Amino acid sequence: MHQLTLAEIARGLADKKFSSEELTKTLLARIAQLDPQLNSFITLTEDLALEQAKAADARRANGETGALLGAPIGHKDLFCTLGVRTSCGSKMLDNFKAPYDATVVAKLAAAGAVSLGKTNMDEFAMGSANESSYYGAVKNPWNLEHVPGGSSGGSAAAVAARLLPAATGTDTGGSIRQPAALTNLTGLKPTYGRVSRWGMIAYASSLDQGGPLARTAEDCAILLQGMAGFDPQDSTSIDEPVPDYSASLNGSLQGLRIGVPKEYFSEGLDPRIAQLIHTSIKELEKLGAVIKHISLPNMQHAIPAYYVIAPAEASSNLSRFDGVRFGHRCEDPKDLTDLYKRSRAEGFGPEVQRRILVGAYALSAGYYDAYYLQAQKIRRLIKNDFMTAFNEVDIILGPTTPNPAWKIGAKNSDPVSAYLEDVYTITANLAGLPGLSMPAGFVDGLPVGVQLLAPYFQEGRLLNVAHQYQLNTDWHLRSPAGF
Amino acid sequence: MALERSDVEKIAHLARLGLNDADIPRTTEALNSILGLIDQMQAVDTTGIEPLAHPLEASQRLRADVVTESNHREAYQSIAPAVENGLYLVPKVIE
Repeated sequence: MHQLTLAEIARGLADKKFSSEELTKTLLARIAQLDPQLNSFITLTEDLALEQAKAADARRANGETGALLGAPIGHKDLFCTLGVRTSCGSKMLDNFKAPYDATVVAKLAAAGAVSLGKTNMDEFAMGSANESSYYGAVKNPWNLEHVPGGSSGGSAAAVAARLLPAATGTDTGGSIRQPAALTNLTGLKPTYGRVSRWGMIAYASSLDQGGPLARTAEDCAILLQGMAGFDPQDSTSIDEPVPDYSASLNGSLQGLRIGVPKEYFSEGLDPRIAQLIHTSIKELEKLGAVIKHISLPNMQHAIPAYYVIAPAEASSNLSRFDGVRFGHRCEDPKDLTDLYKRSRAEGFGPEVQRRILVGAYALSAGYYDAYYLQAQKIRRLIKNDFMTAFNEVDIILGPTTPNPAWKIGAKNSDPVSAYLEDVYTITANLAGLPGLSMPAGFVDGLPVGVQLLAPYFQEGRLLNVAHQYQLNTDWHLRSPAGF
Repeated sequence: MALERSDVEKIAHLARLGLNDADIPRTTEALNSILGLIDQMQAVDTTGIEPLAHPLEASQRLRADVVTESNHREAYQSIAPAVENGLYLVPKVIE
């Protein structure tokens, strides 16, 4: 039963082959048995899950239908969940029980999804390896000595290991697409503003976006359908109608123009990954797509610009954690400044502290123009590159990551070496574009992802291409040995 | 320009982060490594380019000036480290 996708679960529940309660119990037992190897959950909510499952079964018995009604999922532990610890992977919020549900959590619950628990993540979503969590590193089910990627590494590991059919994640610089690539999943970062950020603990507000991680494009369509939509509570939410993503899956790829940027295949890319990406391009050509070679000349400036904008916004967002209203508070503060300084130094881990310091520096008097303003100008250059490219092509394709999953601890000595792994994913966040990663093969037994980028609000096009690719390939069906 | 220990101490104060004395050399080294990466931006010619803050260049939505929130004080104070009579407690600020 644990191998079922969301689409198969919806059919099984509709045909009364099993109940949501049975399925939920099966998965909870599997998590208890296997998750000690992976550490993909921070908090399990068994009682809530069984309550939601029974309620979903009752709704179905009353004639209600819906693709998510009774479907088990998990939430990345930065989506606020009423009365349930929402830690953000940090000691700072180890004692924080959210006083409300995030919009995404409320919407999925209303659709009848059953939340089994809160998944592990890099502290405050800052990382690409899920090693910075206060609750310990997450292991990659494909090789337990390797990282699952991050920051949505717990969601990715749990879905890849068949502990869950799908989970929510968030993507600020690649945190859905990169772990999806490293664990053989399909993951989608929607257009900025497509999914509400209300109740999603902020890292970098102009880049953060929630989205689905699942094993197939078909399942990403189902989960995204439940997550997307305008939310007046989120001041950056965009009031655009949400199309029927499942309905768009079956379009033909005949004549689809795919742009392949030369910058995605330059120095730094593992040649074995390049080979697999070229194979996936040939597969899409067989399905009728037309390949065009394009250039995104400012791509190389994305990482430096990102490591100004994201830390600057983080230093501002994380100022709310001051030991006064919620979260960690130091013992016996001698005055107010001591309360702030020690609560924050004790509550935040080293990577979070580094990014707060970089951000505070970039925003400090005398440096604002040289850093923050220059980064925002580069951001426009990057967006302009995409707008020019999308005049000629419908979709842009390249590798999701330059390397497969690295060994746990391998990049700990130098933070910059890990930052460089996000080279292909960061541009979509800076430009606010939707992006998807899907399985494209294996290198040394470790999964490789191919990334698709589309114009604003063309999530349906990404899912369509990925679904057609998955109807003709079987990489996404491979499951890790032992799970 | 490389940061020195005194710069890091100043930034940490601005960010209200109480760094451990023993950690400052390592933090300084890491920050300089990150700033080395960031400084690659300075070579980019951005003359005449407008900064981009919101990817879709949307502006702040306005709403009618009416009360939309109810009072959640009890719920919010129940998760606070120290409260009394509906107030948040901090160390004495005014002597």
